Amino acid sequence: MKSIGPVRKKIPKLPDVKKRAIKLSENVIKKTQKANRFFLAVGEINLFFWYTVKASFSRDFEFKEFLRQCYLVGNKTLPLITITGVVIGLVLTIQARPVLAEFGAVSLLPGMVALSIIREMGPVVTALICAGKIGSGMGAELGSMKVTEQIDAMEVSSTNPIRFLVVPRVMAATLMIPILVLYADALGILGSWAGANIKGEVNFVLFISQAFSAVGFMDLFPAVIKTFFFGAAIGFIGCYKGFTAGRGTESVGKAANESVVVASLLVILIDLVAVQITDMLL
Amino acid sequence: MKSKIKIASPAGSATLSPEQVIEIHNLKIGFGDVPVLRDLSVQLFEKENLVILGKSGSGKSVLIKCIVRLLNPDSGTINVLGENVNKLNDRDLAKLRMKIGFLFQSGALYDSMTIKENLEFPLKRIKKNLSQKEMDEKIAETLENVGLSDTLNKMPSELSGGMRKRASLARTIVVDPMIMLYDEPTTGLDPVTSDEISSLINDVQKKYDTSSIIITHDIECARATADRMIMLKDGEVYLEGSLDEFEKSPDELIQSFFKPKKK
Repeated sequence: MKSIGPVRKKIPKLPDVKKRAIKLSENVIKKTQKANRFFLAVGEINLFFWYTVKASFSRDFEFKEFLRQCYLVGNKTLPLITITGVVIGLVLTIQARPVLAEFGAVSLLPGMVALSIIREMGPVVTALICAGKIGSGMGAELGSMKVTEQIDAMEVSSTNPIRFLVVPRVMAATLMIPILVLYADALGILGSWAGANIKGEVNFVLFISQAFSAVGFMDLFPAVIKTFFFGAAIGFIGCYKGFTAGRGTESVGKAANESVVVASLLVILIDLVAVQITDMLL
Repeated sequence: MKSKIKIASPAGSATLSPEQVIEIHNLKIGFGDVPVLRDLSVQLFEKENLVILGKSGSGKSVLIKCIVRLLNPDSGTINVLGENVNKLNDRDLAKLRMKIGFLFQSGALYDSMTIKENLEFPLKRIKKNLSQKEMDEKIAETLENVGLSDTLNKMPSELSGGMRKRASLARTIVVDPMIMLYDEPTTGLDPVTSDEISSLINDVQKKYDTSSIIITHDIECARATADRMIMLKDGEVYLEGSLDEFEKSPDELIQSFFKPKKK
């Protein structure tokens, strides 16, 4: 028969304590390495940003390459933006019309659609499409240039690759995305008119004048300004991910993928900040 | 374990000018915890072809990338044409790089440009005072020298591997470099094209009076081009000498490169 004595807490044996200490120190090292990698990545992206800014103000601006990139950015995304712009306007109108009709406010439809397209839908949807199309393109192109040593070849032939490859791309994206957004806005309003026409004839001039009478300068101005930041972020992230791609071919796909993810996230964050600032100003 | 054999005086030095164009002292570089080059010291003399042999992973390519500062060494000094490469600022480094030609293993031709634009790219940036007509003439002449006159408006993707290597060589020599660095120039080519590239390396040296470092593990290329040879093993100089000394060496590692393989 077992005797019932006082309950004793089990004290770990010495080898157990040693094992636990080793495990704990391994965990600490792993955490420190993770933190190290994070801070290194932050430092690297800041340095890349600084080099890009510095190279942007250099005397030997690659104007021909900048024009080529403007053409590529615009040309690559134009068909996609055209379809998306029209569809946004169309969908917004078809969905909003029955609700407005319920309150007897169908006459507010052009203004409401124009406002939502110009202030939010047009810039954000266009920027997200560009993040997918342009950002991934830049990430993959520069990534494959890195893998095939073309960037090294450029550096060895006394050309600053950031000045030749990064600056024209970032500037082209910064300039072209606002233009694409304005184009998408216009097509969105046109799509909205087409949507309104599905249920009865709506006069085009009347629709447009009603749409624009609802839009003020402070609706258009902040919306356009934020698109410059969208463009710069998309161009910069695409180039950074391509430039810092690894040596293997799989890193090209990884660079393209990460460009899209990070650029899209940045677009949403910039939009959030822009909306807050606009709200404070109004 | 085999002892290291070192032959101090470079073979053929009587026919070479004693002036050093590259002098590397105690070079050390590693990636993470893995050392790649350990205390390496190498010299390149004027107008000589120095062949650096070694197995894959022995640090050959890392060495020439350190010379043009594509990689920064952990310690040691690299003097190129009297300049300490590691202490140069960006502007001076760019000036020095104008005097160095680098032929990459992959060729590294710019995919989005035609062959003419590929040659024009360094020419416009290095020889800024040339007119368009002079540039066109220089490009045509250089392409003719490498036997690619009819590829002027072709894209790199339209060329074969050997033609791409030659086009890449043309892009390197079009700016009249003083030093040529070849990173495995014959890798991936058939024996006939490899021979053509080896003779081109010799032609370039004669025509442009260059001093060259040729990184290779192709023994035929080494035989055709070497004035002096260095064997690297585990990031250190294993043997330094003339082609003849290498051929006659009883060392197993050396012989594994030079003796024909039994079938």
